[in-house]
Amino acid sequence: MFTIIKNRVIQLIVVLFILSLFTFTLMKMAPGDPVLTILNADEMVVTEEDQAELRNKLGFDQPLYIQYGRWMLNLMQFDLGKSYMTGKPVVEELLTRLPITAELTFFALTLMLCITVPLGVWSAKYVNRWPDQFSRILALVGASIPSFWLGLILIYFFAFKLGVLPSSGIGSYPQIILPAFTLGFTYAVIYARLLRAGLLQSLSEDYVYAARARGVKEWRILWLHAFRAAILPVLTIFGLSLGSFLGGAVVVEILFSWPGLGSLAIDAILNRDYPVIQGYVLLTGVFVVLANLIVDLSYYVIDPRMKRKEEAL
Amino acid sequence: MNIQMPRINQIPFFFKKQNLLIQCGIIFFIIIILITLIGPFIVPNDPFTANMSERLSPPSSVYPLGTDHMGRCIFSRLIVGAQSTLGITALVVVTVALIGIPIGLVIGYIGGRLDTVFMRLADGILALPEFILAIAIAGFLGPSLTNLMISIVFVKWIAYTRVVRSIVISERNKDYVLAAKVGGSSSWKIIRRHMFPQVVSPVLVLATLDIGKVILTISSLSYLGLGAQPPAPEWGAMLNDGRPYFQSAPELMIYPGLAIFFVVLAFNLMGEGLRDKWDVKSR
Repeated sequence: MFTIIKNRVIQLIVVLFILSLFTFTLMKMAPGDPVLTILNADEMVVTEEDQAELRNKLGFDQPLYIQYGRWMLNLMQFDLGKSYMTGKPVVEELLTRLPITAELTFFALTLMLCITVPLGVWSAKYVNRWPDQFSRILALVGASIPSFWLGLILIYFFAFKLGVLPSSGIGSYPQIILPAFTLGFTYAVIYARLLRAGLLQSLSEDYVYAARARGVKEWRILWLHAFRAAILPVLTIFGLSLGSFLGGAVVVEILFSWPGLGSLAIDAILNRDYPVIQGYVLLTGVFVVLANLIVDLSYYVIDPRMKRKEEAL
Repeated sequence: MNIQMPRINQIPFFFKKQNLLIQCGIIFFIIIILITLIGPFIVPNDPFTANMSERLSPPSSVYPLGTDHMGRCIFSRLIVGAQSTLGITALVVVTVALIGIPIGLVIGYIGGRLDTVFMRLADGILALPEFILAIAIAGFLGPSLTNLMISIVFVKWIAYTRVVRSIVISERNKDYVLAAKVGGSSSWKIIRRHMFPQVVSPVLVLATLDIGKVILTISSLSYLGLGAQPPAPEWGAMLNDGRPYFQSAPELMIYPGLAIFFVVLAFNLMGEGLRDKWDVKSR
């Protein structure tokens, strides 16, 4: 248990290091001079001395590796610089937007589970009969539909035609339904197929036959015995795709004017607010690595065999 | 080569009795290719000519699907858009394969420290989801179609390298490779003659399934304004263009969205068909 945590933490640090190099390089490659951007924001006449002074103050006259070192030192103190747009610290900007995206993601995940689990179990129970074919078609549709378009269609029907759900804004529960569904649907139907495959495999295991022979009720076998084994691969894929979930959240946030991290990132890109973009990329990277770590650890809780396997090694 | 080329007395794969869905995919695919190739010559109107007096007009004999907010023919724009969307996608996927396959072959075959360093690097890049990476690159380098393509290539090649690498690693210690070595084949020749043919079909399946994903990424990013810029008739950009007229003219959004959906669906069906045929395990 501790070895795996240790290994994962080391991996996390390596990944973050590469990530920081990557964003730093990109930032340096970005067109436009940040010094001019900052000075022009005040709409003053910019003199050569002003430029040189600010360049010196920001350390841009130093060699690149020293700039990177300084930047890294600041990063370790959670100082990502200030936003060009608002002048507020980037960390503060990110932290105010984070709960909003977290809320969306949480509801989308809940909704996703509410679709995935019944659909997966249902299609495993009736393999190759119509519930199974239905979920197969749903999965194909889910993998092929552009999420922003799905969102637009939903807005059109539920907000404009029927007028039952609001199309944008945050704060109340009805406002979460459409964005959460848009975000969750694609993943839900694809994970349902994975769950089905896992269930089919675990339903043919010996312990299922043994349980049947002992007269354990069919629903207990399905939900307690098979489900537990089948949820593992789904969890893995889920942890691995949490990142694309966050990516999908960008589109959904823009679509539903949801003022979360994704909206912040797009605003920052359109305004060339590089420190904010950088902060966003780093923060997302940390989340993804942490999510993978949590998935790894949850294995040990769900499947005790893993622990024994490791102890045997 | 382990791909079976259709012989004269053998029924080609796409005419054989297949799963209904896969057959649909193949038919869609052929239609899409035809539209892409000959479409621009048969469109009724010029996709760029704006005609403000005819804006947002309903379908008519002149404009089969009506006109958009600038009075441009939606139908013509969709058809020409197929060429740009699919052209960009094809270019991206081919570039990715051209970068990913050789690197995978070499590091898989050589292995050792090179392999370790590469895998660490790949983990670092893959910690970020491709969509976010694409956003980051488009964000730092500025929104444009070229930067969008660069960013997708930058993210995608790793997946190809990984697949190729893992196949090569599982093959390189087999007896026939040893025999080739004893027979005096150089490493280069072994890679070319024995390793490369092994990876062709898995890469083809991966690429077919990826085409759908790439189309979705390109159109999503164009929709966010980070890809194709107006007035280009790219499907995602068309959707973005039509956004302000959403309530009054939903057809501006429905047609490009449907186009994306059907094309991606066709490639997904094809990809699944190929995967079943060649029995390639998904990664």
